[in-house]
Amino acid sequence: MPDTAVAPDATRTSGATLEVRDLTTSYGPVRALDGVSLTAAPGRITAVLGANGAGKTSLLRTVSGLVRASSGTVLLDGADVTRAAVESMVGRGMAHVPEGRGVIAELTVEENLRVGALFRGKVGREEFDRVYDLFPRLVERRDNPAHTLSGGERQMLVIGRALLARPRILLLDEPSLGLAPRIVAQIFGLLRQLVDAEGLSVLLVEQNARSALSVADVGIVLNLGRVVATDDARTLMADEDLRHAYLGF
Amino acid sequence: MQQFIDTTLSGLAQGMVFAAFALALVLIWRSTRIVNFAQGSMAMATTFVALALIQAGWNYWAALAAALVSGFVLGAVVERVVIRRVEGGPELNAVIVTLGLFVAIQAAVAIIAGSSFQSFPAPFGLRGFTIGGNTIALTPNRVYVIAAVLLTMALLVALFRFTRVGLAMRAAAFGQEVARLLGVRVGRMLTLGWALAAVVGSLAGLLIAGGSFVYPAYMDSLIVFGFVAAVLGGLDSPIGAVVGGLLLGLALSYVSAYFGGSSVVNLAALVILVVVLLVRPGGLFASTVARRA
Repeated sequence: MPDTAVAPDATRTSGATLEVRDLTTSYGPVRALDGVSLTAAPGRITAVLGANGAGKTSLLRTVSGLVRASSGTVLLDGADVTRAAVESMVGRGMAHVPEGRGVIAELTVEENLRVGALFRGKVGREEFDRVYDLFPRLVERRDNPAHTLSGGERQMLVIGRALLARPRILLLDEPSLGLAPRIVAQIFGLLRQLVDAEGLSVLLVEQNARSALSVADVGIVLNLGRVVATDDARTLMADEDLRHAYLGF
Repeated sequence: MQQFIDTTLSGLAQGMVFAAFALALVLIWRSTRIVNFAQGSMAMATTFVALALIQAGWNYWAALAAALVSGFVLGAVVERVVIRRVEGGPELNAVIVTLGLFVAIQAAVAIIAGSSFQSFPAPFGLRGFTIGGNTIALTPNRVYVIAAVLLTMALLVALFRFTRVGLAMRAAAFGQEVARLLGVRVGRMLTLGWALAAVVGSLAGLLIAGGSFVYPAYMDSLIVFGFVAAVLGGLDSPIGAVVGGLLLGLALSYVSAYFGGSSVVNLAALVILVVVLLVRPGGLFASTVARRA
């Protein structure tokens, strides 16, 4: 991926502020989130870290409305979206890339990208070209069904698809899962460029805490559905006790 | 030779109708993982709508259009009111519900329209074309049947391939959660899918009724054949449904002509079904795409 791939895009609106206040989500008797509060600000990558089962995925799913919160508030640029329909979130500027590289396997690469732009009506070819410029690997796979892609290509496709929705905040769930370190570094590097160039907000959920903290501005550590630490990514990285206790490195 | 050609021609025309019916089943299976056992009853009901209108003096084409529209509405209502409640639940619930609908709709039509045989007009002639003094089994009405099914298929392909609604429908069918996250109104797309499938099913019912008799159970054999055709093709593949329908139409036509007459046709269909399921359980056009929501 060339370093200059992310050209400033004047037409893009700047990032959105996400504010989560005292969010609680339960699956039956199991509390997945227990009073979580956090803020994701424009121009920043906010990493949510923690072990398996800490509530990271539940957090994203509750924020985007796939799961209903039992209490608490989700504010997007000050507007209460706690009870908003999932389908309306992308129109409000939030793109959620779910766990497990959610490509639509039966559709081609190009069709997957078009689904990302569907709700916006007619979208110019140059926006698609821009995504293909970001991820040149996708160009040659353009007309292949998405199930033929490798793990890394799938991750590129879902991020590219989310970008075609022109989000102001991007929710990413475990983008590094099962990818080679080199690809992870590439994808995180690109994310950093997007955030710096366009002021996008990113809420990144990762089990791979070391890589995530190396690219993030702010880190939030979850344990059993509660926030146990919120700090500057560098400070967290330096906190050996915390790393050993919750981040496993 | 003459008999072979005739058998082939009538097999093709039959197969086209099976294909349309199978296509309707596949459309619903792809998007909701439900086998719509009520498809035949729904098609029968709309055929009776057309019959009532024709008996009231409408011309065939107006009645056909009205029947297809009523199929669209019926499909949408069935999905919205009944199927929505069992979508995503245990598979058996959906099976029971569609079987229940099958019986209920058939009974309702029998109550309203009676269960006697009534003749349904054909828009074109039923006498075969003459080539070199021989009358072949290809009638103008059969040409119409084949053309109508081909046209419908072409329209469906165009819809799914080239339109935004078609793309949204496919996204909703193959990746519900992702589609919702990207703003696709999945519920609406599923309703639309059922409505379209009901239109295609209705067309099959109307075509097979042309020049023949209709009664509340007249679609029952087509349900079996359409289902066999859909399974032949793999249930997931629209092309498979069409090829399966044509193959089945031809096979049954040959069986009927050369191996014991029409009495063994039903048996032959089921034998074909069993053999295909033994040899290729996923159907002839099975795709091995692993689904990821």
